[in-house]
Amino acid sequence: MTSAADISTTLADQVKTAFSCRQPLRINAGNSKAFYGNTIEGDVLNVNAHRGIIEYQPSELVITARSGTPLNEIETALAENNQMLAFEPPLHTEHATFGGAIATGLSGPRRAFTGAARDFVLGTTVINGKGEILSFGGQVMKNVAGYDVSRLMAGAQGTLGVLLDISVKVLPLAEKEITLVFEFDQQTAHDQLRQWILQGHAVSASCFTNNILSVRLSSTESSVNHSISELGGEITDNNIWIQLRHQTHPFFTDNTRLWRLSVPPATEPVLQDHNQLIEWGGALRWIAGEDAIYEQAAALNGHATRYALHTNSDSDPFQPLGPTMLKLHRQLKQAFDPELILNRGRTYSSL
Amino acid sequence: MNSVINKNNFVQSLLKILPSQCVLHEAEDLAPYECDGLSVYRATPMAVVLPDNIEQIKTVLTLCHTENIPVVARGAGTGLSGGALPLDNGILLSLARFNQILDIDTENRTARVQPGVRNLAISEAASTHGLYYAPDPSSQIACSIGGNVAENSGGVHCLKYGLTVHNIIKLQIITMQGEELTLGGDTLDSPGYDLLALMTGSEGLLGIITEITVKLLPKPAAARVMMASFNDVATAGQAVSEVIASGIVPAGLELMDNAAIRAADDFVQAGYPRDAAAILLCEVDGNEHEVADELEQAKAVLKASGAVEISIAGDEQERLKFWAGRKAAFPAVGRLAPDYYCMDGTIPRHQIATVLTRIHELSDEYGLDVVNVFHAGDGNLHPLILYDANIDGELERTEELGGRILEVCVELGGSITGEHGVGMEKINQMCVQYNSNELTQFHAIKYAFDPDGLLNPGKAIPTLHRCAEFGAMHVHHGQLPHPHIERF
Ligand SMILES: Cc1cc2nc3c(=O)[nH]c(=O)nc-3n(C[C@H](O)[C@H](O)[C@H](O)COP(=O)(O)OP(=O)(O)OC[C@H]3O[C@@H](n4cnc5c(N)ncnc54)[C@H](O)[C@@H]3O)c2cc1C
Repeated sequence: MTSAADISTTLADQVKTAFSCRQPLRINAGNSKAFYGNTIEGDVLNVNAHRGIIEYQPSELVITARSGTPLNEIETALAENNQMLAFEPPLHTEHATFGGAIATGLSGPRRAFTGAARDFVLGTTVINGKGEILSFGGQVMKNVAGYDVSRLMAGAQGTLGVLLDISVKVLPLAEKEITLVFEFDQQTAHDQLRQWILQGHAVSASCFTNNILSVRLSSTESSVNHSISELGGEITDNNIWIQLRHQTHPFFTDNTRLWRLSVPPATEPVLQDHNQLIEWGGALRWIAGEDAIYEQAAALNGHATRYALHTNSDSDPFQPLGPTMLKLHRQLKQAFDPELILNRGRTYSSL
Repeated sequence: MNSVINKNNFVQSLLKILPSQCVLHEAEDLAPYECDGLSVYRATPMAVVLPDNIEQIKTVLTLCHTENIPVVARGAGTGLSGGALPLDNGILLSLARFNQILDIDTENRTARVQPGVRNLAISEAASTHGLYYAPDPSSQIACSIGGNVAENSGGVHCLKYGLTVHNIIKLQIITMQGEELTLGGDTLDSPGYDLLALMTGSEGLLGIITEITVKLLPKPAAARVMMASFNDVATAGQAVSEVIASGIVPAGLELMDNAAIRAADDFVQAGYPRDAAAILLCEVDGNEHEVADELEQAKAVLKASGAVEISIAGDEQERLKFWAGRKAAFPAVGRLAPDYYCMDGTIPRHQIATVLTRIHELSDEYGLDVVNVFHAGDGNLHPLILYDANIDGELERTEELGGRILEVCVELGGSITGEHGVGMEKINQMCVQYNSNELTQFHAIKYAFDPDGLLNPGKAIPTLHRCAEFGAMHVHHGQLPHPHIERF
């Protein structure tokens, strides 16, 4: 393992130079999520060496670390203190970094029940497109001084700034966590799940595929035991959530051409002729297939992302933005990165 | 003279495009709008505009854009930082008439509401479905959801359930150019930048919020509160960290010092231990099993952390009684002195004891009493400075003491505002929290939304010029706090 190092000023100098000669930069860390966005041109700005946990006091429920820190290192430190990144950042390879997790803003199975990456971000230090090092937010739970730039960075995929240091809120691990499986059709699965949530059962993840509903419960011992006796179903190990989170579940290995469909959770069964897997209490639907489903997604008040694991994409994978929205995005990009050098085109070709 | 002509002309222009009942311009009609909840700042706008529909908002913004007239949005006017303070050369745009709950979607557990809807009205309307809207500012009977979004408001239950930003999913806004945009969506994420997060807490500087979709949560089956008393405030502060470190996330964890305890107990007879140096109110909620388990656990931790007495509310009535004292704490403190000034800084939890000591020292230095009652669980302080505005110079000293307290918060790794916003009030302290590059970045964001700087100008983000002037006022030991800022 490479040791901790703060290379903020080296990175900032590189950006400054690139800014003065308008040289596009491609921000690179673990490279585990290259598929999630366009292939782009540019000199590599490698943040890998900017690593290490800067501050972690378990009683603060906050960890601050450099962006190149391997996620594994962070999760190990947290687990030693019975804590976790509650947004369960997905797609670990051993190279996946903290910065990459926040920059893509992706969240795993717990998302619908405890929150997304952006919900846990408290503060960031970033390099903007002019090579300036700027800090926003902080290590405290509440901070409304100035615009919430830190949360804006989550999911911006490095197009607004190079993440240097990030503070996120962490949560305690539950005393007990188990998985129950049931055989249901889609509508019954949805209705049951909804009812259990309303009844106060501590649901922390759900998955429906091939008429099997899997539900994770996370709470105190007696609360989970009570749910087991009330809900029935069959108890299994918790492996499925690791497989879903890192997308090693057979659904993801069998179907490499996918659409990630984000819809209101109560949306009725859709695209029934496609193989699919449903997470997040109905709000996230993985649809197997090649053909674009942007129009169907829009009609459902949702949005779609082309999601071809382990392959680089060749056109904007994300739901197109309307003209007014795109204009505002461009102006915001300009505000952070006037020469458009940071990960240009990674999310949308014009950003 | 010129400004009077301008005002009259502009009011005439407004009356041409809006029904007369939507435009207030006579002095006596404008008076109620001179200030928000921070009444030490006052100004009279050229006119108050009260639109009835979205089209009218667009028309007004378009006119103001063309005529270069600043616009300040106003919800219920309960803000505590002067965010809705009018500008005398601008209009105040009141969203009060947008007071409809448009839809409650029990399937998706969301509510679509207009910005002028009161915070509490949402939970009341959702209640029949067993649902509620979690963020609960103490002002919830009065404040508007639009104002909550603009301030990213919090409440007693934010420790577990998050702030406004965690509890809304979609916004409709109108930009200063009169363009309508949807930020976020009915889904758990959206393509593009997280503009929903950026808009939340932007204090009316980026756009006018015209519709909000909030998340609704199932009402917890059970909630229990316990009260732990301490012989000194520092031990109580330390106990807060111990509770969190033990792995419990309480629904609420509030600290009151002796002055607050006595004031609240005098006011509502909450049954508080009047001789305790501090009490912690710790609430846990969830299903009955979770609540029983966590209550036991929290009790053990508080005992081990030095609580001298712990009482658990036996029933719902007693629970409400415990909370009544906390909820009435501000008005109760209001009876201790002619005036009080409410501050709003945050610090990392482990600094609670230190910050309380420092506040105590500053209070002695300025000869002004400070009462502490606050959201200890998330390190959000609300020091209440007691003063008498009728004594010459006392308000100024109070403001200076408040400013010093906020600077201590920043020094201890915290922030100058946890939930009340910067507004007009903390504009100078922004220069302490951020350097000139960071402030310039904020201005660039503002420019992306509102290039002419017409939405709530002068609030929330100070100009570098202002910071330079403020800095010059605060030269300590010959050192300029912002030597890199140009001085004009
Ligand atoms: C007794 C008391 C207790 C309080 N307790 C709490 C508390 O516990 N937690 C907390 O967070 N706050 C608290 N507050 C502060 C205040 O209630 C909140 O800031 C609240 O969110 C303000 O809402 P409002 O509708 O009154 O907004 P206003 O005061 O009218 O406006 C606040 C800001 O929002 C902007 N704004 C309002 N509506 C819109 C809109 N539709 N579009 C764009 N911008 C808009 C305004 O321009 C202004 O900058 C308290 C205040 C009082 C008086």
